[in-house]
Amino acid sequence: MADPILETHGISKAFGALHASKDISIDLVPGEIHALIGPNGAGKSTLIQQIAGALKPDAGRVILDGEDVTALNTVARAQRGLGRTFQISALAMEDTVLENAMLGAIGASGKPFHFFRRALDQAEARAVAEQALEQVGLTENMATRTFELSHGQRRQLEVAVALTLSPKAFIMDEPMAGLGFEGSKNLTGFLDTLRHTAPILLVEHDMDAVFALADRISVLVYGEVIATGSVEEVRNDPAVRTAYLGEEA
Amino acid sequence: MTRERMVNAAMLLILIAFPLWAWAADEPFMITLATKAVILALAGVGLNIALGLGGMISLGHAAFFGIGGYAMGVLASHAQNFDPILEGPFLIEGTNSMPIIWLTAIIASGLAALAIGAISIRTTGAYFIMITLAFGQMLFFFAISWPAYGGEDGLSIWVRNEFPGLNTLDPIQFYAIAFTILCAVLILTARLAKSPFGLALNAARQTEIRVETVGISPYKLRLIAFTISGMITGLAGALFADLNRFVSPTMLSWQTSGEIMIFVILGGVARLFGPVVGAVLFILLEHLLGGISDYWHIYLGALLLVIVLFARGGIIGVLAGREAKHG
Amino acid sequence: MTFILFAEQVLNGLQLGVMLFLMAAGLTLVFGVMGLINLAHGSLFMVGAFAAAAVAGATGSFLLALAAALAAAAAAGAIVEVVVIRRLYNRDHLDQVLATFALILIFSEGTRFIFGSFPLFLDTPDWLSGPVTLPGGIQYPIYRLALIVVGLVVALGLYLLITRTRLGIQIRAGENDREMIAALGVDISKLYTIVFALGAALAGLAGALVGAIQSVEVGMGEPILILAFVVIVIGGIGSIRGALVGAILVGLTDTLGGLLLPSFFRTFMEASAASAVGSGLASMSIYILMAVVLMLRPTGLFGAKA
Repeated sequence: MADPILETHGISKAFGALHASKDISIDLVPGEIHALIGPNGAGKSTLIQQIAGALKPDAGRVILDGEDVTALNTVARAQRGLGRTFQISALAMEDTVLENAMLGAIGASGKPFHFFRRALDQAEARAVAEQALEQVGLTENMATRTFELSHGQRRQLEVAVALTLSPKAFIMDEPMAGLGFEGSKNLTGFLDTLRHTAPILLVEHDMDAVFALADRISVLVYGEVIATGSVEEVRNDPAVRTAYLGEEA
Repeated sequence: MTRERMVNAAMLLILIAFPLWAWAADEPFMITLATKAVILALAGVGLNIALGLGGMISLGHAAFFGIGGYAMGVLASHAQNFDPILEGPFLIEGTNSMPIIWLTAIIASGLAALAIGAISIRTTGAYFIMITLAFGQMLFFFAISWPAYGGEDGLSIWVRNEFPGLNTLDPIQFYAIAFTILCAVLILTARLAKSPFGLALNAARQTEIRVETVGISPYKLRLIAFTISGMITGLAGALFADLNRFVSPTMLSWQTSGEIMIFVILGGVARLFGPVVGAVLFILLEHLLGGISDYWHIYLGALLLVIVLFARGGIIGVLAGREAKHG
Repeated sequence: MTFILFAEQVLNGLQLGVMLFLMAAGLTLVFGVMGLINLAHGSLFMVGAFAAAAVAGATGSFLLALAAALAAAAAAGAIVEVVVIRRLYNRDHLDQVLATFALILIFSEGTRFIFGSFPLFLDTPDWLSGPVTLPGGIQYPIYRLALIVVGLVVALGLYLLITRTRLGIQIRAGENDREMIAALGVDISKLYTIVFALGAALAGLAGALVGAIQSVEVGMGEPILILAFVVIVIGGIGSIRGALVGAILVGLTDTLGGLLLPSFFRTFMEASAASAVGSGLASMSIYILMAVVLMLRPTGLFGAKA
């Protein structure tokens, strides 16, 4: 197997008496979709936040492309190639779709501190933004204000903004949330090809999508990874069946 | 042309036609009134960068306005007394050259904004409001208790400072200077809003976490915006002091901060011309209502209440609708 | 510097501190329960002072004057809450700042309209005039000592109100969980009016008490309002305990800074320059204190973590 792009080594995090992450070690290798599943309150969000840099782990390390980024904040991790989408769309609602994509492209260019040139005239960044919008199928909506988009289109825009960063790894927090059948199907198809651009760590409740997409699945329960493996392996894992279905092992 | 642009163009036309009329009719007081409006508009344009574009509710912009004013007062008073500011290790003399005074005002208020911003921007919401207010008050008390430059009484300058090739004592020529500066700053502000920086700053106001996630530090964006904002308001302060040939701690008071904010809100927050329309309206009200009643602030307060409670978007919002921004 | 001078200044600091607490408690309560930043709180301070001065002038009774201050400020608070403030709870901070700034303009000019531009005077009553000798030979005005006592008693009363009474339970619930108190069948809009009027009454009381040691004039409320903001920022928004600690800290820093800094600079500078630099710095000392606290704890000493 190729060297992992993203690794966590023994991440632990406690909020008072609640152990949200217990000694979690997972990794993400090139070309794969690694799904992170688990019941509500299992600690998926806490883990994602620690990987993205919004929360500091009590112990353990986060490695991105061979570099220890544990001490770095969200901004620095993004600059080093971590592309993230949010469960609840975090978009500039007053701005147009193109402007949102441009924001990503400008961030990726590393040159946000230009004061007098028109942002939309920055040819390189503009090309990156437009290409990302085309990839998710939002070219028609470039001039639309984001608050006018449908829920599904906002999910697409979330992904497009992450794409503009040309990240080394994607972290996607429930991208299917709130999408209808058609929307989920389209996005599933899109993510299926996206894994070859960069591997995806996918937190998702939609099991159909997870089973269709995941190369590997890690199951998180009470802050612990109780199983990691292929779809088949995880499905047949007695501990997982106990956790999910309440069956006796 | 959007309706907002038409409102802006009309405003510009008024700012050109009215002083020319006053000049032709030999009404120097009216020109001075217009000059005051233009300078206060400039202060508001400065605040609008922090407030409208950056979403930072600064109640301390009088600090920068006053620092600009004192930059003028200190330099000009040393020049008029032929008393160097510093003799050793190297000589710094006063000056009555406007360009040097402006530059000094911009640098001094920029440094103050950088320092105040560096602390305040670590916080958000109500904290930010109270802290900027408090720092403004700090400079106010400092100016009162520092006896060297007039303390509570302020500093008077006998003759208006000079600008090469112009007679600044002629009201219409001084107006031309102030108006040209306002136009230049409006152009810069419009470009700033459309620039990559403006795009990111505006996004950080709406969704901080998104901006972080694309690798841009919202803190840095805001600190730079706050500093630019302070610089412009400081420049306005220098001009304002020159208009009155007087600077006092009043320029640093919390009421001044509140009034600068009123210009922005009356006109329309985050609108390019919002502070201009607001300042003109403010001066108009002061002139008209102030003539009728000594207690015109009651009416101003009532008007402000009505606008805040019922007409969000200010005058431009009412005239041009809500759709356009940063036109 | 003598011990007596120092002790006097400590007492002055305490006196300023407890008065600031009366202001800050109302502000922080209103912020904690309703999420409102109220610039017009200084106007309620002023209303209290003017009401006290007017009633004392008419009746000669200081106690009646205090009662009038409490009543007038509470009434003004309740009216303002019903007419304006309650429309602001769901607005952003900018709207709150602007609307309450507008209220300042209306209150200040309205007061000037009624009472004129000249300051009024409120005399300390005979039974609280003159100095008292404290242990250690310190001569201190009885009135100022009474202010400290009143302030501490009010602080204790507020503590008991919030921890021991039904209203206190509702207030604490309101700070934590708005839906919860609605679900418990509490009339929220009435609760908000009561909390606002309570804060206003405290401000009015402070105005009346302070009015007797300074002149009663338009604009007297805002300087102390801004100091109260500094107190809240230091103590942590929403925390009554933080308001008390912050108020005492600010009071002591202000008076002791004015005393100690000039003499500190006099140890290595010539006298007039030292007093200039010293008093300049002393005027900034509480703001420097605020900046230091913020750098260490951006949400104040007792504030909730952001």
